[in-house]
Order: sequence, then C-alpha cells, then structure tokens
Amino acid sequence: MPQFLLSVWHDEDYVVDFSSDEAQRRVRQVSAFNDALQSSGAWVFGAGLHPASSATVVRPSGGEVAMTDGPYAETKEQMGGFWVVEATDFDAALALAGKASTACEGPVEVRPLQG
Amino acid sequence: MTDTLEAVFRREAGPVTATLIRVLGDVTLAEDAVAEAFAIAAARWPTDGVPPNPGGWIATTARNRAIDRLRRESTRTDRYVAAYRLQADTMDSEPDPELAGLDDFVDVVADDQLRLMFLCCHPALAADVQVALTLRLLGGLETPEIARAFVVPEATLAQRLVRAKRKLRDNHASYRVPDAAELPDRLHAVLTAIYLIFTEGHTASSGEPLTRVDLSAEAIRLARVLVDLMPDEPEAVGLLALLLLTDARRDARVSASGTAVRLSDQDRSRWDAALIAEGHELVRACLRRDQPGPFQIQAAIAAVHADAATADATDWSQIVALYDHLYALRPNAVVALNRAVAVAQLHGPDAGLAALDELDRDVLADYQPFHAARADLLARAGDAGPARAAYDEAIARSGNEAERRFLREQRARLPEPE
Repeated sequence: MPQFLLSVWHDEDYVVDFSSDEAQRRVRQVSAFNDALQSSGAWVFGAGLHPASSATVVRPSGGEVAMTDGPYAETKEQMGGFWVVEATDFDAALALAGKASTACEGPVEVRPLQG
Repeated sequence: MTDTLEAVFRREAGPVTATLIRVLGDVTLAEDAVAEAFAIAAARWPTDGVPPNPGGWIATTARNRAIDRLRRESTRTDRYVAAYRLQADTMDSEPDPELAGLDDFVDVVADDQLRLMFLCCHPALAADVQVALTLRLLGGLETPEIARAFVVPEATLAQRLVRAKRKLRDNHASYRVPDAAELPDRLHAVLTAIYLIFTEGHTASSGEPLTRVDLSAEAIRLARVLVDLMPDEPEAVGLLALLLLTDARRDARVSASGTAVRLSDQDRSRWDAALIAEGHELVRACLRRDQPGPFQIQAAIAAVHADAATADATDWSQIVALYDHLYALRPNAVVALNRAVAVAQLHGPDAGLAALDELDRDVLADYQPFHAARADLLARAGDAGPARAAYDEAIARSGNEAERRFLREQRARLPEPE
C-alpha cells in the first residue's frame, strides 16, 4: 500500500513545554489521532521533534564529514513532528492529513514516499 | 484534415482519453497513445472513410499502439506491470479483458469522462492548473492553444501540465468518482474549474477582444457533458443554467466600437432568447429539486436579470435576497461585493458605499470590479473627486482593452474638479 510522510510545520520556534492548557489540548487531540491511526492500521511510525535549535547538519566535505550547528533550512519555518502512514490512495492520505492538521491545529504537509 | 475529421477529433478527444487512462492506468501514456491514434486516423480515414464508431476505433487503436510500445521498450516493462497492477486495483472488480485479448474493441465508457473530470480538478492542484489540465485532457485543446488563451508562455504551461500529471501519479491519485461524503466539495471544484474556463472566455483577461468565444463554448460543452453524466446533481444543472444565461448576453456586451457595455446599458433585444429560455427551464428544474447551492443561486440571479425587459424593471429586492442566501453559503468578499452593488440599486448609492466599506480591503485591493463599483457609486453619490481616483485604480487593474475603454469613458463623464 502506498506510504506518505505527513509533517507538521511551525512558522517560528516552538516549545516542548506541554504545561499550558492549549498545549494539553493539542496533546490530547494528537494522542487520539495516533490511537485512531494505529487501530486502523494506517500507522507506520510517527513522533514529535525537538525544535530546530537542537538540530545539527552533517555533510560530506572533501572526503571527510563536516558538522554545522543548527537546522539545514535557514528560514524560520521548521518541522515539529511527522507521521509515516499507509493509505490506499492520495485522497485517503489527504483525509488523514486533514485529521492530523485539526488535531495539532496547524499546517501539515503531505509527501508521497518513493517506491 | 477535413472539417468532419476535425469535429470528430474534438468531440472524441475527451471521452477517448478518459477511457484510455482507465485501460492503461497512466495519464501521459494515454495522452501520447491517443495522439498517435489520431495521427493514424488522419492518415487513413480520408481514404477508408470514418468508421461507424469513431471513438471506439481511436480508443482501440490507441490501446494497441500503447501496449505495442510498452512491449518493445524493455525499460518500460515495469510500467506495463504497474499499469496492469493499477488496473487490478481500480474499482472495477472484473479484470480488464482488453489487456488479455488485444483484438477486443475498447468501448468508450461515459463514466470515464467523469473520472477524468474529477482527476483534472483535484483540489491538490492549483486552480489554474486544474483549468489547464481539464482543457488539455477533456477539451482536447493543444497546449499552445491553452497557453495563448491564458496568455502564459507555452513552455511554462507545458511544464505545469507535466508537473501536475507527475504529482497525481506520484501521490497515487485514484482514477475514480469520489464517494458520497467527498462528492459535494469535489464536484464544486469541477464546477468552479468549468466556470473559470467560461469566465476567461467571457471576459478575456488581457488582449483586445472582450470575449473569446471558443473558451465559453468549450465551458458550456463541458457543463452539458457533466449534466448528462450526473443528472441528479442540481449544482451541475445550476452551473449549466448560469453559463447559458450569462452567454445569452454575449452579443450585447460589446459595442460596435469594441467598448464593454455594462448590464444596465445593454440592448436587451440582442440577448439570445433561446439560451435564456433554456436557462430559465433549468433554473425552474433546480427550484423544484429544492437542494439549493451556490451555482444554482448564481443561476437564479442571472435568471432574474434575464426576466427584466428593461434594466429599470429588474427585481433588485429579489436579487439582494438571493445574494444574502449566496453569502450565507459562500461568505467571501466577491459575493459581498456583488451584493453591495445590488443593495445600491435597491437603496441608493450611499447604502451601497456603506456596504462596500464593510468589505475586506486587503482581499479586494487588486480586484478591478471592486474599484469600478466604488467609482460608479461615488459618482452617483456626487463625489466626483474620489470617483475619479477609484476609476484610475480600476483602469490600472484591468487587463482588457474593451473594459478599459468603458472605464475611461465613465471617468470622462465625471464633472471636472473645481
């Protein structure tokens, strides 16, 4: 069955402090969404990410490997989390993304996996 | 190619392409195969005559050429396998006999056109790409023709089409009619794309002529096909009614000197009575269904206009009521703008200007009709200075010479500043 990457995006830095009411609500919603994904068999893998400030980029450089501090993208947009899901077709994947977007109250990008 | 062949090709292009996409499971493969089959037909039919079932002949020939090609090109066997597998995965539960027996005739199936319409107008594609893809695959228009119609460089348009088809394929878009839950939104996307094709033909967004008759005719043809395929969908009937009632005014919309003529100034004897009659009948059929929707309401508004023997006889209170209903379903700035214009007709220019002031300026900032409407109301309210400024804004945003001529004439009629 085709697989898709659903990624959550933020326009600026976000915190992983889930103590606010707002954050708690989102956690509940995403948790319910994850449960639904798992019971329907659509779940392959998913997780929240630490913010972009925790990122490191490693790249090949003259036969060796160079390391830079910070995310790859120099823009302020950053990925906050992702799912890999199985869906019968494009519309099924988009429907899942719709639910994901409602659960985390933000934009979700849908990309098909190769192969 | 004789006229008969040209007409056959334009009529059959959409249905045949739609069926071949189902049979082959690949949009580009189907497109290329259909083009090849048309070339063969163009070479043979002048001497052999047009076959009794031209669509079926082209579809069968295209299918056979495509599979021959797949077999020859060994790097594409995986595509052949993929095509077969896709075929097996479709909603059709019976295995496609055509793939097994190449002598079998490919029947062009009406439902395939519906599938293709929904594929082309997929909401994951940008609106202008939906329109281009619909015109290419369902309308049978060539890429250069579409590019000229929308004043886009041909290479740019060709690339957009390639990307769109690739996106649909890479995302595993299914070739099917959406099921009941998704249908209203998906159908609305199809209707909107057809409406965009019509409005582009009705008021060309740049260049000299006010109307491009071919695009309007193509939109009406597609709307008729949609009504044939989905007779129980009142919104599809509503769209057709709207297009017919709007198209009825075509001859009165441009003056002899090539200036746009607005609705209130049009010579109504030049309106097409047959199109209006058909439009009215369709609107009545929609009213009987009592399942209102945005296109049906817009059709009803056009019907109220068509009903008025003169501009003064227009039932503006009914039009305002219809816009209220439309706004409740589709609360967007353009609907609110059109409603404000109707309010001005009913309650005077100051009431109209008050309604315009409530609109979202950001959304309408680059929308020519907004500035034109403001200018007209300001002029009628006696505010010549601001009216002139508003006409300047409208003229700056009009991409159409006939429209600009009209706006300049209106601006010239304003009293000179003190």
